[in-house]
Amino acid sequence: MGDKQHILVLGIGNLLWADEGWGVRVVEDMHRRYEFPDNVRLLDGGTQGLYLVQDICDADALLVFDAIDYGLEPGTLKLVEGAEVPRFMGAKKMSLHQTGFQEVIMSAELLGRCPRHMLLVGLQPVELEDFGGSLRDISKAKMPDAIAAGLAWLGRFGITARERAEPLAAAATIASAEMALDLYEQGRPSETEACRTADIRFVGKPPREP
Amino acid sequence: MTVQTPNGFTLDTAGKRVVVDPVTRIEGHMRCEVNVNDQNVITNAVSTGTMWRGLEVILKGRDPRDAWAFVQRICGVCTGTHALTSVRAVEDALGITIPENANSIRNIMQLCLQVHDHLVHFYHLHALDWVNPVNALKADPNATSQLQQQVSPSHPKSSPGYFRDVQNRLKAFVESGQLGPFKNGYWTNPAYLLPPEADLMAVTHYLEALDFQKDIMKIRTVFGGKDPHPNWIVGGVPCAINIDGVGSVGAINMERLNLVSSIINDSITFVNNVYIPDIVAIGSLYKGWLYGGGLSSQAVLAYGDIPDKANDYTAANLMMPHGAIINGNLKEVHEVDLRDPEQIQEFVPHSWYAYADEKKGLHPWDGVTQPNYQLGPNLVGSRTNIQQIDEGGKYSWIKAPRWKGHAMEVGPLSRYIIGYAKGHTEITDQIKGLLGQLNAPVEALFSTLGRTAARALEAQWAAYKMRYFMDKMIANLKAGDSSTANTTNWRPETWPKEAKGVGFTEAPRGALAHWIKIKDMKIDNYQCVVPTTWNGSPRDNEGNIGAFEAALMNTRMERPEEPVEILRTLHSFDPCLACSTHVMSEDGQELTDVRVR
Repeated sequence: MGDKQHILVLGIGNLLWADEGWGVRVVEDMHRRYEFPDNVRLLDGGTQGLYLVQDICDADALLVFDAIDYGLEPGTLKLVEGAEVPRFMGAKKMSLHQTGFQEVIMSAELLGRCPRHMLLVGLQPVELEDFGGSLRDISKAKMPDAIAAGLAWLGRFGITARERAEPLAAAATIASAEMALDLYEQGRPSETEACRTADIRFVGKPPREP
Repeated sequence: MTVQTPNGFTLDTAGKRVVVDPVTRIEGHMRCEVNVNDQNVITNAVSTGTMWRGLEVILKGRDPRDAWAFVQRICGVCTGTHALTSVRAVEDALGITIPENANSIRNIMQLCLQVHDHLVHFYHLHALDWVNPVNALKADPNATSQLQQQVSPSHPKSSPGYFRDVQNRLKAFVESGQLGPFKNGYWTNPAYLLPPEADLMAVTHYLEALDFQKDIMKIRTVFGGKDPHPNWIVGGVPCAINIDGVGSVGAINMERLNLVSSIINDSITFVNNVYIPDIVAIGSLYKGWLYGGGLSSQAVLAYGDIPDKANDYTAANLMMPHGAIINGNLKEVHEVDLRDPEQIQEFVPHSWYAYADEKKGLHPWDGVTQPNYQLGPNLVGSRTNIQQIDEGGKYSWIKAPRWKGHAMEVGPLSRYIIGYAKGHTEITDQIKGLLGQLNAPVEALFSTLGRTAARALEAQWAAYKMRYFMDKMIANLKAGDSSTANTTNWRPETWPKEAKGVGFTEAPRGALAHWIKIKDMKIDNYQCVVPTTWNGSPRDNEGNIGAFEAALMNTRMERPEEPVEILRTLHSFDPCLACSTHVMSEDGQELTDVRVR
């Protein structure tokens, strides 16, 4: 494998829903702690669905971090590779237009430019039912392992990430400086001010008393 | 039993009930129930937003200057338009003006979103309601080539070999058992009317549009610094421009501006050569399908957008139409005042929220977002597994916004009807041109296809207007004004103890506004009334049905268990349930569940 391949490192998810934002937080952290060669691009994909197709088409290899419901013990990391990736991500609808990641990959395939190599580093989320909330401790604690798994895989393509002497400042994030982890967590309104639960038919329990 | 609604619809719940949950291709956050009579005509329609909307509450106590970053995370598509609405609301509250260049750049980004979103909506989210990819496999590539050259002579991709190639790719896809984006269709339903060659042409354009939409986004990357989450700033835009190519590092230079310029030209070409001809071709083959008008012929609303000069949000300065039409009277377009507590109000008697007095509506500045999940007595099923909702009780997470008590439709069609009623020259010319090509009367606009066609016309208009603002900005830069942000009043110490403001835009899917109250430098209250709040509204206390509900009424379904017609009409609104309701769901294998009772 040559070293001029384009590598996309993609964090998927919504920062506003607890562990749902895990994928974005991992890539954010990876960027703050490591420096990569020019052919590696780290991207906060948010919940963009079909709009990510260009980035995916441009990549020879795709490394995705995301919170995935594998039906495993909460906080478990699971790696999925190659053709299995869209299957595991297919159930989850990313954007408001119900384009699942599976469809994004299929669309890339229809355009004839699907990445040849894919790795999904997925975390079985601990908590999604916390609107305005942040990552759970277990999920945060799994970030270094997830990053290590990603870096090991990138090594196959001859990519060596250089650890920075000092991590970049929070404001230098590739995601949202306004929603940097500390700011996001500290600025949260209290539970009495802001209800944090969602529709009980989806979360399976009645809304907490405001 | 039949009921007459004040807004003119006769509801009859006697016939069998059809439940569609979720409505595909718009996330799993919307559910629709209809009753059909023995002729399979819809006689009652109920639209439910099934997820809780809670954006407002997480903004409480935050720095108002950061609100845009949060609101752009709520939605996977209109990131930019929410961010723009938010910074406008804060600027309004704090009396901050923006430079001319910032106005031009914001307009280009907003227009770019219109073109992009309309294109993606039509080809990737809505076309398959009209186009059958399985039927495209039967097409003769020679016939498709002839059709292509006939509907759009200047489009270069038209050879039989080109279409044969696409057909082969599609065939391989279908044969591999992975229909991918084309799965979950009702491909044997007689509601699909296109001949195979037209289906193949449209599927080919599905791919061309998929390829082209990638380029349009680069405009937002140039000005917003990054995509898919561009940067915004209260007081202007967060990018410096230096057309001489010397000076500050990271400033946008002429080379970047030329890139934007060339993408604008390509956008104009694509819309003219592909999008518009496809609308004409599909429209002419579905000309008899004039269902789905709903409220469009009687009550439409637009706030207006695209200020020509910076900082003037009056109707005269807005290039996208502003106003309200009620009671079907196109001769009178009313002024809309977003600050007037008596004009825009949200009601909750049929929404899962609690107000102190639910007979009254609340203006968004005084809005309350307090969840209250109660179900009506005639519910079939349980609280956590609803078989059939009771629209007599509370039945949606969407509030019911009203303008002076009227349920209103918003979106490209509303904007175009208001523009037409006001005699907006460009819009009137576009409408007359299209109707002329289709040999259709103006009443044909009030339909599902009218909504779809208005969106295409608007994409065309928006593409040309990007050119206008690009030229305007270049002229301004050459005249020596390179200012892009105003930092006066950036520091919270300069703010009053309390302030309130409203920001509005025309999002691709309709009128969008954010109302903000600031107290002690923090957000005290934040309310968004988004397009799908208007269109997806449930009933109000007077019994007026909302725009989705009205549009479904009186439609005849070929096969109630295959709700192609319902999807056509609901998709024609380009519904955006993610921002009108809560986005998180445990969706599992999200296949549409259609039940007929």
